[in-house]
Formats: sequence, C-alpha cells, structure tokens
Amino acid sequence: MMHADVQGPMIRVADLVTHYGERRVLNHVSLEIQPGETMVILGGSGTGKSTLLRHIVRLEIPTSGHVYIKDEDVCHMPDEKFDAIRQKMGMLFQSAALFNSMSIGDNVALPLRELTRLEEPTIRIMTRIKLDLVGLSGFESFMPSQLSGGMKKRAGLARALAMDPEILLFDEPSAGLDPITAAGIDSLILKLKLAFRMTIVVVTHELASAFMIADRITVMQGGEIVAIGTPEEIRANQNPRVQQFLNRVPEDESRDIQAYLRNLTGPAS
Amino acid sequence: MNGVLAFIGRNTLGLIRYASSLGELSAATAYWAFVAPFQGRGLKGRNTLHQMVLTGYSAVPIVGLISFFVGMVLAFQGAYQLEKIGATYFVAALVGVSLTRELGPLITAVVVAGRSGSAFAAEIGTMKVSEEIDALKVMGLNAIKYLVVPKHLAMIVMMPCLTLLSDLAGILGGASFGIVQLDQTLSMYVLATRDALVMRDISTGLVKSVIFGSIITTVGCHEGFSVQGGAEGVGRATTSSVVVSIFLVIVADLVFTAIFYYTGS
Repeated sequence: MMHADVQGPMIRVADLVTHYGERRVLNHVSLEIQPGETMVILGGSGTGKSTLLRHIVRLEIPTSGHVYIKDEDVCHMPDEKFDAIRQKMGMLFQSAALFNSMSIGDNVALPLRELTRLEEPTIRIMTRIKLDLVGLSGFESFMPSQLSGGMKKRAGLARALAMDPEILLFDEPSAGLDPITAAGIDSLILKLKLAFRMTIVVVTHELASAFMIADRITVMQGGEIVAIGTPEEIRANQNPRVQQFLNRVPEDESRDIQAYLRNLTGPAS
Repeated sequence: MNGVLAFIGRNTLGLIRYASSLGELSAATAYWAFVAPFQGRGLKGRNTLHQMVLTGYSAVPIVGLISFFVGMVLAFQGAYQLEKIGATYFVAALVGVSLTRELGPLITAVVVAGRSGSAFAAEIGTMKVSEEIDALKVMGLNAIKYLVVPKHLAMIVMMPCLTLLSDLAGILGGASFGIVQLDQTLSMYVLATRDALVMRDISTGLVKSVIFGSIITTVGCHEGFSVQGGAEGVGRATTSSVVVSIFLVIVADLVFTAIFYYTGS
C-alpha cells in the first residue's frame, strides 16, 4: 500500500508536549502514521486526541516537540510554505464546519475557486463528482441549515476531498449522529480508503467504528499514548487502561473521606 | 497596598496586550488590503461590494433620521441661548459647523458601531464557535483576507459617505427649525450655513470618519476572533465590540480634534 513518492512515514509526531494555560494536554506523544494507512486515535473525552489532530494540521503550535509531514517539520515553517502542504490535507471537523452563508455546492467549490486556476465549468463538474462520492448528488443548491447532521458531515467530507488530498483527517466523525447514520459515515470512510488509498487519521471514542475502519489503533489516555497496534493487538493488549476502555468500565468513583470533608469545609478557591 | 498595585499592574498589562493585538490585526489587514493585491494575491471584490451594501447603503435611513433630529435639537438649544442676544441668525452657523466638524462623524460612528461593528463580532464569533475559522485555515485560506479586508475596505469607503449624508440631514433638520420657528426661508438658511462653513470643517470631519470606520471594524473583528466558548461568548463579544469601539472612537476623536486645533483652525 506504499505510495511511490513517499518513503518513511507520512505523518510523524515526535515527543509532542502541549499546554492549555497551565494544564498539560499532551505529554510526550510520539506516533508514526504510514502512507495509505488508516490510523484511528481512540480515547475518552479530554484525553488530548483532538488536540493531537489539531497539531497535525497546525491549528495549534506545541510547547515542544515536532510534527513531520513527509519528513518536513510543519511546526516551524513559514505559513506560505505550509500552505502548499496544507492543500494536500483535507479535514472533516466535528461540527462539519460548513460555511453557513454559502450553499453546499459553493462550500465544496470554495477551495477549488480560491486555490486553483480551473475554469468555472470544470469546478462545477468536480463539485458534482465530490458530492456524488459522498452520496449527496443533487444537493448543490441546498444551504447547510437545510441539511440533517449526517448530510452536513457528508457535505463537509466532500469539501475536504475537493483538492484530492493525500491525507484525510476526521475529528469525531460519528459525534452527534444516530447509530445508523454513524455507520453510514464509517462505510463511507472504508469506501474512500479502498478507492483512493489515502492516509486517513480518525479521532473517535466509538469502539465499533474504530475496529471497523482501522488498520492500526492508537489508544490515548490523559494526554499519553497507552497502546498502538492493529485492532487484534489492541483487543489482546493486557494493559489495564486499554482493557478498561475496551470493556467500558467507568472510572473508580470511591474517594478519600478525609479529602472529601476537607474539600467541603475548606475556604472557597 | 500590594493588592492595589497588583490590580493596576494586571489591568495595565491586559490593556497593553489588547492594544497590541488590535495593532497586529490592523497591520495584517493593511497588508492584505493594500500590499497583497499588488503581489497578485487577490482581493475579494464581490465580498467588499456586499459589505458596502450592508454597512453603508442599509444604514442610510437610520443615519439620516438620527442626524436630522440631532440637527433639530442643536437648533433648538442654540436658539435658546442666541435669542438672548438677538443673534438667532447664527443658529445656521452653529448647527452647520458643529455637525460637520464634530457631530456628523460621531453620530455616524455610533450608529455604525451599533449596527455593523456588532454584526462583525457576531458573524466572526459564530464562525469561530462553529469551527468555520479553523476550516478556512485548514484549507489554506487566510481568514483576514476573506473576512476582515472586505469589511474594512467597505467601511473606509462608506463611513465618509454616511458622514456626508449625516451632515446634510443634520443641516436640513436645523433648517426645518429655522423655517418654522425663526421665519427663515430654506435658501436663506442654506446661504447662512454656507457663509459659516469652510472646506476644512467638512474635510476634517471626513478624515475622522475614515479613522472611526477603521476602529469600528478592527475592534468588531478582533472581538469576533477572540470569542471563547459557545453562544454566550458570542453575545459577550458583540456587547464589548460596541462598548470598546465607541470608547475608542471618542478617544480618537479627542486626539484628532486636538491635532486639527493645533495645526490651524
């Protein structure tokens, strides 16, 4: 499944540390994602998985550490240089992030209009191809507010695909969707993976979806990677934190009585 | 005592940080509006036109009406004093000069800050909350070029136009008082206004209005970009965009009036 033009990993995250204010969100995270691979980053809420994704597209700059895309350090390069790399990356946001003032067709066409010199008829055809790919043919003239949650995600995906990216990133693709619609998005991801051999990174907390689409899974907890491996390896992993997540065991809620009383009677913080 | 010092220090630092981020935004806007187009990096012409309609054309009725009433109020108040020395002829001069030099630009700025400045903050803030700004960035599109520059250019063009309209409507408001109360004719009133006005009165007002337009856009957009959290954050940004921009408009007004004063009439 190797692309001819890339040797080594497509995305390499090296010793990434990042803080939101004083709080450390990522703690020495290192990760390699191979070309053509589908990597699922699995973890509960607030484990830093979305933050990791935001670093890969350089929406956040780390406190220390590096993110390499095709061996180029994206954290420390000028914006102009990164723009070229960025055009080969597509991202589907958790809320789909469609531009609400534009029709679906204009949303998908926007990157083509702004970043290429294609003629308008060509752009229209490409827009229809992308919409057809995600099962939204005939919806060009609809406004985002007229679509359901699942259709918005599909439209967002069509926009992410507009520039024929080599890397496709998903932030919680099934968040806020009913199980059937979510499964529809999963099978769409599988279809894209087989058809285009893109490098795909999916951040999710849905176990079923993770095991269905992943070539490899990274399990994160508390800003750290606890396990990386194929779905079988992850299932067989004996690390209690991995097993806790897989078996959906809630966090232990028993607590120190003394600390509880101190907390109740102490001064307001 | 330490508490007081810490309070002053914290607020001063906050103020400096706010001012410098406003400065950064204006510098980036200036680059994308006036430098980048000449490097072949494009300008959003149609968006600019659209913003001109929203910020300029649509504000015509309200700016006109408010200025008309303010002109009338000024005439009433002026006549109240000038009657005492039998100089009601100078009501026209009072209304004309104070409107063109001061109140025209100021009223326009206040109305536009409330209409458009808040709309900028709400629009950009909502886009921030719904990840649309991030989506722009990920596509490699510059948010300042797409969102701020069209608004800024539209405001720079439309503020002087609205200000001229405000001057005119205010003078007409004064004239309506002159005709009804002082038994003047419209042409007498207009002539008296023209005698009192010099070109510099109008031009300094227009210069101010461009500055005010810049302030309102920069503050509105900055508040939008700094939205944190959800709908509540958007609401807070909208409010503070109006408050901060009116405050800064008054400060800038003071500074520029002083400059114009010391550089001759």
